[in-house]
Amino acid sequence: MIGLHHEEEQHPELLHHFAEPQQQRDAASLGMWAFLATEVMFFGGLFCAYLIYRRWYFGDFGAASKSIDATLGAINTAVLICSSVTVVVAVWAAQTARKTLLVAMLAVTMLFGLTFLGIKAVEYTQKFEEHHVPGPSFSFDHVPIPRHPGEYANPRHAEIFFALYFVMTGLHALHMVVGLGIFSWLFYMAWKRRFTPEWYTPIEIGGLYWHFVDIVWIYLFPLLYLIDRHP
Amino acid sequence: MTEHTASERSKSSPLKLYFSVGAALLAGTYITYRAAFIELGPFNAVVALGIATIKATLVVLFFMHVWHAGEKLIKLVVITTVFFLLLLLGLTLTDYATRPWS
Amino acid sequence: MSTTAISQPVERETYLNKEYGIWSWLLTTDHKRIALLYLISITFFFFIGGFFALLIRLELLTPAGDLVQADTYNKLFTMHGMVMIFFFLIPSIPATLGNFLVPMMVGAKDLAFPRINLLSWYLYIIGGVMMVHCMLTGGVDTGWTFYAPFSTNYTNTKIVEAGLAIFVAGFSSILTGLNFVVTIHRMRAPGMTWSRLPLFIWAHYATSIIQLLGTPVVAVTIVLVAAERALHLGIFDARLGGDPLLFQHLFWFYSHPAVYIMILPSMGVVTEIIACFARKRIFGYSFVAFSSIAIAVFGFLVWAHHMFVAGMSVYAALVFSMLSYAVAVPSAIKVFNWTATLYKGSIRYDAPMLYAFGFLGLFTIGGLTGLFLACLGINVHVTDTYFVVAHFHYIMVGGAVMGYLGGMHFWWPKISGKLYPEGWAQLAALIVFIGFNLTFFPQFVLGYMGMPRRYYDYSHMPEFQVLNVLSTAGATVLGVGYLLPMVYFLWSMRYGKPASDNPWNAAGLEWKTASPPPTFNFEEEPVVTWEAYNYEELDAPRDEEVPIVG
Repeated sequence: MIGLHHEEEQHPELLHHFAEPQQQRDAASLGMWAFLATEVMFFGGLFCAYLIYRRWYFGDFGAASKSIDATLGAINTAVLICSSVTVVVAVWAAQTARKTLLVAMLAVTMLFGLTFLGIKAVEYTQKFEEHHVPGPSFSFDHVPIPRHPGEYANPRHAEIFFALYFVMTGLHALHMVVGLGIFSWLFYMAWKRRFTPEWYTPIEIGGLYWHFVDIVWIYLFPLLYLIDRHP
Repeated sequence: MTEHTASERSKSSPLKLYFSVGAALLAGTYITYRAAFIELGPFNAVVALGIATIKATLVVLFFMHVWHAGEKLIKLVVITTVFFLLLLLGLTLTDYATRPWS
Repeated sequence: MSTTAISQPVERETYLNKEYGIWSWLLTTDHKRIALLYLISITFFFFIGGFFALLIRLELLTPAGDLVQADTYNKLFTMHGMVMIFFFLIPSIPATLGNFLVPMMVGAKDLAFPRINLLSWYLYIIGGVMMVHCMLTGGVDTGWTFYAPFSTNYTNTKIVEAGLAIFVAGFSSILTGLNFVVTIHRMRAPGMTWSRLPLFIWAHYATSIIQLLGTPVVAVTIVLVAAERALHLGIFDARLGGDPLLFQHLFWFYSHPAVYIMILPSMGVVTEIIACFARKRIFGYSFVAFSSIAIAVFGFLVWAHHMFVAGMSVYAALVFSMLSYAVAVPSAIKVFNWTATLYKGSIRYDAPMLYAFGFLGLFTIGGLTGLFLACLGINVHVTDTYFVVAHFHYIMVGGAVMGYLGGMHFWWPKISGKLYPEGWAQLAALIVFIGFNLTFFPQFVLGYMGMPRRYYDYSHMPEFQVLNVLSTAGATVLGVGYLLPMVYFLWSMRYGKPASDNPWNAAGLEWKTASPPPTFNFEEEPVVTWEAYNYEELDAPRDEEVPIVG
């Protein structure tokens, strides 16, 4: 009991059911990794659906893919990569007690995240205007299949592409929004100087989440935007 | 955590590593984008997904600190997860790839 | 001055009396209290699911569809399945016995994430409320499997709401699994190596892996179905060139491993009970431990055996059929190990052991009939008949629920600090066993004879009535058997004899602390220096008196 008091004084962030801070850190880290495993399987179901239909309807998917803006997609990929760099610098800043740098990196990360969502909003608006949103107003008539002159994409199959496009990028964007929420809280805590080299676990596990969202996009970009682009 | 130890060892080297990996990721993105406009036959998909996998691996190993992880548990979690994902994709494909009708 | 001059002993502080009041329960982070919150909730859903079962069995008393309409019957079997699977069986052992015992068995003060544990209960409740609301406002009629395209395009029932309820409850399941994995890895007491862990822990670890890796896939499938209905996206829509079978692949990728979520914890319970009531170390500890993991992994390789007649490739069906034979092996290994443990054991026939014996026989029958179904040639004939219904009820009820009841009896003294009345418990176990077999064995015969499942009217095959009547009679007996423990457990809370720390003289860290335990489980952090199932030591003659009353 006396030992416990000592731990509590030395480590105010230590929760009562852990014996020492390292155990608490290790538990948090494993917990976040286990959660990310569930997220991989969550998106995995969508990748499975995508894989099946891309094999079946390669030409139609190619035509549909050509109609979304690969340049914007590439820019968004670069944006997320930069945000992952700022995240990992933020973790380092927390480790090395660079509190101002930490706050700055968290802020820049969020700016990148907002930029990503902004570009996505532009893309979605384009799709809406072109009537490429699945549903009653969907239309995809007379769109040529890449490298098959004279052949046109089956609009019904293209609608499946767009259904997957919106669900996959939509869920990804939702995860970005959640990430922004998490980082807002981290920003606030960092602003209040709550993190120390002794305890910066939320930054670390928030960072893991953010990197995961980046990885999902690293796969979404080539799969959705670059199916059949070459002449 | 071990990256605590790593940064104790040398304060500046993680930053160099992070920016190098970031640059590699950006380069990979650029290459993927340009390669998509070149005729490579079936290898278009291979190149695109191959580069994506390299990028993802770099993020996992260096941004998510798995490379320097002291114990094998996190590596086991990553490998197990990827394994089950491939199981989902692969075994489902056994149905779709072997249907004699389409 | 009272005649009993001795002053009353100060009531020992336990997790039950540490704080009083509804908020001390609803805002608790104590894993033991959360386990009891779950216990009450899942019992509630068990009775709802049972109520639907009763209506089904009443309808099937006569060949004509004369009790309810066809659409209503569809809703009855759907709601029975959805409630029993998602709101009773999947949480049952992990969320009650698992939550209560996992920290204690590893020697910890609580789970790794106590607040997430409470969150998981609230998610379960929210999902449950949504499901109840869905049922009260019309329900769902697709079968618990809600196959596309009926669920996405044609039914008018409340798919989206039911789907969201299951989605939310699924999140509860994921968080429980996450908590267990991290606890077992990170919170073991000094000296508690992996090979000293009770096999109950190995079973829950394997279960948690399935919960983590499988549940998200059905979650995203529900999202796709909801999107298809609400937003007219057409991923499973054949009119667009979509494949309804893709739904089935994604659905069963989770729902097959889900059955291992339902049976593995029960196997863990049975292992603990058999070791204790045979007074023997489990035969082949490492085989049982690795079989648990093998069941979890192999369980992910066999899902398409639910789709053999659905239109999938016959070559893929061959692969899945062979894998389905393989998945039976680790389960069989466990049955052999349990049997070998019983051999030359010093057997006691207390109620928990009666349930364990019931489990052994009924799970074996259920498992073996699974092999019948894995055989493609037989599957064509018995798929979608009562043979399948009997098969999975033998495992889910004869296996999982028997294990759950056995575990509730075994750990009741630890949980409540009271002893249940043994005579009544043995009687109830017998009634459950008889009722169960009377309900479900006729269904094997019915299925083999060709009675389809999910039919409210079998008047074109009136010869099935006798077996159906037997089955309904059995269901009534079974119901009585389930009600009895409810009554005497509640009775024992007030009138039962107080339990000692270890009334069974069982192995395991949970028995080394008081019944009921204090809030932080152990007075001092345990240091483990002995192997699991050290019954030889426990049964060795002792020098001092062991106090009986806690």
